[in-house]
Amino acid sequence: MSTLKITDLHVSVNTETGPKPILNGINLEINSNETHAIMGPNGSGKSTLAYSLAGHPKYQVTSGSVTLDGEDVLEMSVDERAKAGLFLAMQYPVEVPGVTVTNFLRSAKTAIDGEAPKLRNWTKDLKSAMENLRVDPEFASRNVNEGFSGGEKKRHEILQMEMLKPKFSVLDETDSGLDVDALRIVSEGINRVRESTDVGVLLITHYTRILSYIKPDHVHVIIKGKVAEEGGPELAERLENEGYDRFLQASA
Amino acid sequence: MTDTTNPLGLDEHSHGADVQVPDSKRDARTRSFDVSDFAVPNGREEEWRFSPVRKLSDFFTDAASETKLTTSGDLPEGISVEEISLEAAQELGILEPEDRAAAVAANRAATVTHYSVPAGTEIDGAVIIHADGTGNDVSHGHVVVSVGANAKATIVIEHEGLARHSELVSLVIGDGANVTFVSLQLWDDETQHLGQHDAIVGKDAKFKHIVISLGGDIVRLNTNVRYSAAGGEAELLGLYFADAGQHFEHRTYVDHNTPKATSNVHYKGALQGKDARSVWIGDVLIRPEALDIDTYELNRNLILSDGARADSVPNLEIETGDIAGAGHASSTGRFDEEHLFYLMSRGIPEDVARQLVVRGFFNEVIQKIQVPEIEEVLNERIEEELSRSVL
Repeated sequence: MSTLKITDLHVSVNTETGPKPILNGINLEINSNETHAIMGPNGSGKSTLAYSLAGHPKYQVTSGSVTLDGEDVLEMSVDERAKAGLFLAMQYPVEVPGVTVTNFLRSAKTAIDGEAPKLRNWTKDLKSAMENLRVDPEFASRNVNEGFSGGEKKRHEILQMEMLKPKFSVLDETDSGLDVDALRIVSEGINRVRESTDVGVLLITHYTRILSYIKPDHVHVIIKGKVAEEGGPELAERLENEGYDRFLQASA
Repeated sequence: MTDTTNPLGLDEHSHGADVQVPDSKRDARTRSFDVSDFAVPNGREEEWRFSPVRKLSDFFTDAASETKLTTSGDLPEGISVEEISLEAAQELGILEPEDRAAAVAANRAATVTHYSVPAGTEIDGAVIIHADGTGNDVSHGHVVVSVGANAKATIVIEHEGLARHSELVSLVIGDGANVTFVSLQLWDDETQHLGQHDAIVGKDAKFKHIVISLGGDIVRLNTNVRYSAAGGEAELLGLYFADAGQHFEHRTYVDHNTPKATSNVHYKGALQGKDARSVWIGDVLIRPEALDIDTYELNRNLILSDGARADSVPNLEIETGDIAGAGHASSTGRFDEEHLFYLMSRGIPEDVARQLVVRGFFNEVIQKIQVPEIEEVLNERIEEELSRSVL
């Protein structure tokens, strides 16, 4: 079993007017096979948490620690974090000119496993993952995210999660911009990975609707860069009914 | 900008600030074998305004030189070489120089090196000619390639070493012939190379011209195509990778002077390092008699680091609307931190990420080259460029 442990994490974002503190002491611990929903209103720092874990250069960790099975994640470069087993499904996946999906996925798999995947299994696995996500086979020869619709980009993120089999997946608003059908397909993909591997999931979301497809074990509410409340799935239901108003009023 | 042509034949596009419409017709530019018809460029001329003319002054001096490139390479059966006079070359119907450097090169080259492939001859595999620089002195060269009707040949000139070389390369392509001509610039870092490459494309002939510029201090190559009859096909491909301080300039000019011809210009370049510089100027003239022609030109640049600059200027002059298609596309993009982050967040190390992007970027052109003999050296050299990558 693996554990991802976030302790008293403070993060600032670099802006034109200087660093601006966004996360003000986040504590979270997540184990293999657990799904934690991270919820909160816009601007509460959810995406900052996601990007900080992945090591985006725009975000500066000013104090605190992140460890994966005791290893210091913050000391690792972006690619090292992925190799250690972290995966970030991005809210706004980037278009990469000139690199096809096939080439990209094989390069990523090779980098993470330290050896090229066995061609026969790889092709078979990729084909079935694509079929499950209702992805057009032609997708494989297109450049990464170039000209993809919003839904295609999200499915492509989950396709990567299926192929790369991370220890921990941070899903940053994977539900945003998806219609009901796309949300279901994407959620099914996430659930397939949860069932077939020991992945621990940090499901970052503004809304509760994805939680009807993906049942979280724990729910954390982030307000102004801190965990304001924690609980089980019932907390999400309460948010569904009440929204974030009571947290915002309390902190105002 | 869109890559597709529409049925009306005109590509939808907007002219950005960098797109200059020349003040006179492209056809009005002087063409002559007489050096005195060209003033010494000062850098403000349309055709020289992107070039570091001060560093090129020796190429404008109308003086003979003892130096020449050393050529080697076995000629297979079917192609012969002889040294001829400029007058004899002109009788073959070559085009005239279009700037002072080319006029000097034509007049001051000791002889014209004439490669000829007789009508109906098909040469299997590429003819590889190595042309090596011999030092810092200016050298002038004039190469003529004549390929007879229905003949087929691929000719590669592979440039290496230290040189300051100015050349006129003239191709005369017979009716129905199929000719690929490759100019590989694998020069040393200090080399300067100016060239004008002209082709006259015969009736229903296929001509592919490939420029690959990877080494040198300054490389400036102008490639011009004209047709001697209807139905010719011209494909002009270019691939360049400019490092810090390198100036790679490629100008193409397709003169659609006959009906039913096609042209396809496809140049792609990557730049990395301080003052890496590339220039692409793509001129296409569609004359009133060029009915039913189809032309497309594209230039893409990938900037890999700060401090590099790419200029890209397509010019399309259309004198008849009765054509199958005419379009152009030009773009210059950056490989930025977000691309890098995305690839690295999937475990791909930074150097591999850059290689992936650059190789992917060039792939489109590489696939069109289809000269197996140069694939290896090309891959090696691109690899080498990437390993020099400034991170």
